[in-house]
Amino acid sequence: MKLRALPGEAWRAMGLNRLRTGLTMLGMVIGVGAVVLMLAVGDGARHTVNEQIQAMGSNLFIILSGASTSAGVRMGAGSRPTITVGDAEALEKLPTLDGVAPVQFQTAQLAHAGSNWSTTVRGVTPDYFRLREWAIDSGQGISDAEVRSAARVAVLGRVVAKELFGTDDPVGKSVRIGNQPFTVVGVAEEKGQSLSGSDQDDIVFVPLTTAQGKLFGVSFPGTVTSITVRAKSSELMEDAEADIRQTLRQRHRLKPGQPDDFTVRNLASTAETAATTARVLTVMLGTIASISLIVGGIGIMNIMLVSVTERTREIGIRMAVGARRRDILLQFLLEAVLICTIGGLAGVALGVAGAWAVYEFAGMTTFVFSAATGIFFGYYPAHQAARLQPVEALRYE
Amino acid sequence: MAAAAELLRVSRLSKHYDVPGGDPVPVLHEVDLSVAAGEFLAIMGPSGSGKSTFMNLLGCLDAPTAGEYWLQGRNVAGLAPDELAALRNRLIGFVFQGFNLLRRVSAIDNVALPLLYAGIPRAARRARAQVLLDQVGLGSRAAALPNQLSGGQQQRVAIARALACEPALILADEPTGNLDTHTSQEIMGLFTRLNLERGITIALVTHEADVARYARRLVRFVDGRVVHDGEVTP
Ligand SMILES: Nc1ncnc2c1ncn2[C@@H]1O[C@H](COP(=O)(O)OP(=O)(O)OP(=O)(O)O)[C@@H](O)[C@H]1O
Ligand SMILES: [Mg+2]
Repeated sequence: MKLRALPGEAWRAMGLNRLRTGLTMLGMVIGVGAVVLMLAVGDGARHTVNEQIQAMGSNLFIILSGASTSAGVRMGAGSRPTITVGDAEALEKLPTLDGVAPVQFQTAQLAHAGSNWSTTVRGVTPDYFRLREWAIDSGQGISDAEVRSAARVAVLGRVVAKELFGTDDPVGKSVRIGNQPFTVVGVAEEKGQSLSGSDQDDIVFVPLTTAQGKLFGVSFPGTVTSITVRAKSSELMEDAEADIRQTLRQRHRLKPGQPDDFTVRNLASTAETAATTARVLTVMLGTIASISLIVGGIGIMNIMLVSVTERTREIGIRMAVGARRRDILLQFLLEAVLICTIGGLAGVALGVAGAWAVYEFAGMTTFVFSAATGIFFGYYPAHQAARLQPVEALRYE
Repeated sequence: MAAAAELLRVSRLSKHYDVPGGDPVPVLHEVDLSVAAGEFLAIMGPSGSGKSTFMNLLGCLDAPTAGEYWLQGRNVAGLAPDELAALRNRLIGFVFQGFNLLRRVSAIDNVALPLLYAGIPRAARRARAQVLLDQVGLGSRAAALPNQLSGGQQQRVAIARALACEPALILADEPTGNLDTHTSQEIMGLFTRLNLERGITIALVTHEADVARYARRLVRFVDGRVVHDGEVTP
């Protein structure tokens, strides 16, 4: 038999029992659809996490007051913050560090022309933007001079700019923060969600000195909420952490054996954890989806075996008029492959519909997968068909 | 008539069936037979005497337990399954008692089936199948499915299919077994014409003396042995 004639024969055989063909195909549709959907979901998660890691900046530490516990940072009730501007200045001298940015933040009410918005106000130095790799979209950032003079200037996050000014450019306009007038000097670029899920663009930056003095008053002079520091390189992360610890313990006059009264959080390891979680998620989803694909494949094998038994007489007739074993094998194999690929294509369509964020590669691989599933699970039944002896097949009732 | 070329010869051909958990059942015992091209042969014998078994061996549908089978000068015993398939396709046409048409496949496609395995392109297959259906008087029923045809018509389709690859030999196992007397006569007339006009060798199994009379040579089996080989007794 010419190979060209095969698809026609297989197609006709599939049409003879439409309900069964359809149900078998459905197994494939669901299996492949699940694979595509799960891959897309897993991929999407990984993509998001990667973007968040990129947005965070690299080689960063955040230093917070209070000892760390497994649950986070513990602050003694009513105790004063332990880290200070002086600590930050001392850290600047460490050779393993590339930059130090003390931060003071607190929630405040913002107002402009009748719009109100409650958000986090973050008092920073110019270095903060450099360490976080946070660019200014329009206008400019906070300058050293503004920090020195504790100027009433503000850089708005995207969300705040949109809430208060809509589509207008806020640069040069005035905004009230906690009832004091500030001039907007810039708008920071969009950062999206942080790894912990908060919206990083819902924020306002002011000079550190302004936040500490004019804006919030000082209940504990000289202290800051946190210090963001960056190591010179990723290889120096460990050394940098040790240096920070030593410097701070010295400055805080902690005796050996006494616990730290501050916490150094390594953001790289947080990012690592998030990325690993995303990878594990992808693998897990992929595995679950693969199982449904295998189940679909076994369904095909089952149906094909039934169909071989049912069509024994047909096979006998075909052999009597000259079909070779190969012809029979290919006919049944092609039937399985057709069911799988048609089902597979429908599954891809379904998966793409389910997750529009799907990537092209997922579709293509799955197509190849479904054809391979067809060959793998269709081979045994087709082999059984081809092995039949002509006389016995003809005698079969 | 000069001695025609030998089409097939079997010598000391034996067949045992293996039955699970029992001794092999001997069915044919050292059968010797020679058939010349163009002969019309009737095979008779009581039920269970091994006629169908013999036909299956002649048709290369089954392999003998012992003995030799020469078809057109080739020893069939040594051939691989694919070579046997090719022999069946090119040299032999089968007509069965139960017609053995593919259900749910039209008459014309049933007739074209051997041509499919001969590697003939689709258009040529259908054209040839239509000619064959015309020859057996069913040209107008090409699109009919087997279950839309009478027994006699189905047997004509089967004969047309047997003729598809212009075989040298037609093997018919009780081809009129399911047909009434009148239809049987039509079918036998068709076989006679094929034998006389085209010189196709025909071997036909039957239980009816009336049917056997169309043949020119009679072979009678009893208990797996040939007990008579010669004239058709009137
Ligand atoms: N596959 C088989 N396995 C075991 N025994 C078999 C098999 N096929 C046939 N036989 C036995 O071989 C013997 C001959 O069978 P065969 O079909 O050749 O007889 P037959 O002459 O065609 O009879 P009938 O006129 O009834 O068609 C019978 O006894 C039968 O039981
Ligand atoms: Mg019989």
